[in-house]
Amino acid sequence: MFEELANNDSFIHGLDPRGKLIIVFLFSIVVAAADRFQVLLGSLTFGLLIVLTAKVPARELIKRLIPVNMLILFLWLFLPFTFGGETLFFMGPLAVTREGVFYATRISIKSNAMMLMLIALVASTPIFSIGHAMHQLKIPKKIVHLFFFTYRYIHAIYREYLRLKNSIKIRGFIPKTDLHTYKTYAYMVGMLLVRSFDRAHRVHNAMLCRGFKGDLYSLKKFSFKTNDIVSMVFMMVMIVIMGVMEWAQII
Amino acid sequence: MGSNHLILTLEDISFNYSGGPKVLADLDLQLFKGDRIGLMGPNGSGKTTLFQIIMGLLKPSYGSIEIYNTPRKTEKDFIDVRKKIGLLFQDADDQLFSPTVLEDVAFGPLNLGKSRDEALEISLNTLNFLGLSGFEDRITYKLSGGEKKLVSLATVLAMEPEVLLLDEPTSGLDEKTKITLKNVLTRLDLSYIIISHEIDFLADITDHIYTMGNGKILFDQEVHAHQHVHAHPHGAYVHEHK
Repeated sequence: MFEELANNDSFIHGLDPRGKLIIVFLFSIVVAAADRFQVLLGSLTFGLLIVLTAKVPARELIKRLIPVNMLILFLWLFLPFTFGGETLFFMGPLAVTREGVFYATRISIKSNAMMLMLIALVASTPIFSIGHAMHQLKIPKKIVHLFFFTYRYIHAIYREYLRLKNSIKIRGFIPKTDLHTYKTYAYMVGMLLVRSFDRAHRVHNAMLCRGFKGDLYSLKKFSFKTNDIVSMVFMMVMIVIMGVMEWAQII
Repeated sequence: MGSNHLILTLEDISFNYSGGPKVLADLDLQLFKGDRIGLMGPNGSGKTTLFQIIMGLLKPSYGSIEIYNTPRKTEKDFIDVRKKIGLLFQDADDQLFSPTVLEDVAFGPLNLGKSRDEALEISLNTLNFLGLSGFEDRITYKLSGGEKKLVSLATVLAMEPEVLLLDEPTSGLDEKTKITLKNVLTRLDLSYIIISHEIDFLADITDHIYTMGNGKILFDQEVHAHQHVHAHPHGAYVHEHK
């Protein structure tokens, strides 16, 4: 579902996932805290460049950006009208404020810049490696497990969903706008939850039988190579420049 | 047989799911080293429940469990049991959870404290033993039903258990895979209990076939050396040949 891009080959694919995680994390912090448009636009460009280097196909990229931007669209419906400040113009009885528009623009740029970086990370790294990298970076075990199992069982739940869907289909179910349809969907969601819960229980039992004590061990060895050091330094410098531009108000 | 060959003793085990009727009632069972037991019985007769009780996944409401001459009561007592007794789940999807076959097979050995290299070696050997060489990097949830079953068996065997509990290992398998499974079980020098509805399969690879009924194991059904090759009119249920 999400991993189909992880087998491509690009410079970024070959980098150590630990380095990538750290960079994405630092980048996100700086972008989230930044306020100046110079910095934000810079981060957006930077994100685009990284995505291009990771050779993410345009179609996949757009597919992944749409959900985030749908959310942002909702912000645009409210923020320009509800934020106090200098009035730009009126839309009927509603005043659009300058600060509101700026605020919404900032959020749009920030989220897209961060999403680009995240897409580059996820698209260039198998999910399992990300999990193990998180583990090696001493991120709490519970978060790593949550991440790992969420990913693994999205597939299982999705398949369960397909099975249920087929079973109602072969009995002639056609969705309409009526109570029968809603009821059927409600049953489906309910069944999905209960079945997932049961499965989780059985999987846990199976893990216990194989001596699970709360640790996941990795068979992979990560190694930090020259490439990693060079790109890490480069990225750090870029992030620091962004930070300096923001807080020292240069340019 | 001396008591050093005794692996497990269940005495007076009773169990019921909360609010439900008794699934197991005063059940007794002894398993000795080298025993190869087949277990049959109608759906809902408590076969799977029995396995889960042996593994400590369910706690009996009454009765005592002794495994390797040690009484087993708490979760802690069973951690040791799980190193020596391997359970193959009915649904392979419950058993496989790692993305790749190799990682899943190595999960058990790593939990037992083996080093990365040891775990790798054990896993590759086990896969090889089951005729699954080349499967290491396959994605577990994309395997076929038969492959899933064999990989599940690999995950259990990789822990190098002394006893196997197999819960309907043949369900959903084609004839060819069933024969593979049969060969594997014959080559292994292990004690095992197999739940199955297929009497022909059990007759080939077990020494005793017991039936479950009324929450108990009925011990009167020894496997006699009776040769009969036919589509069985009685299906999976208890019957006698005179």
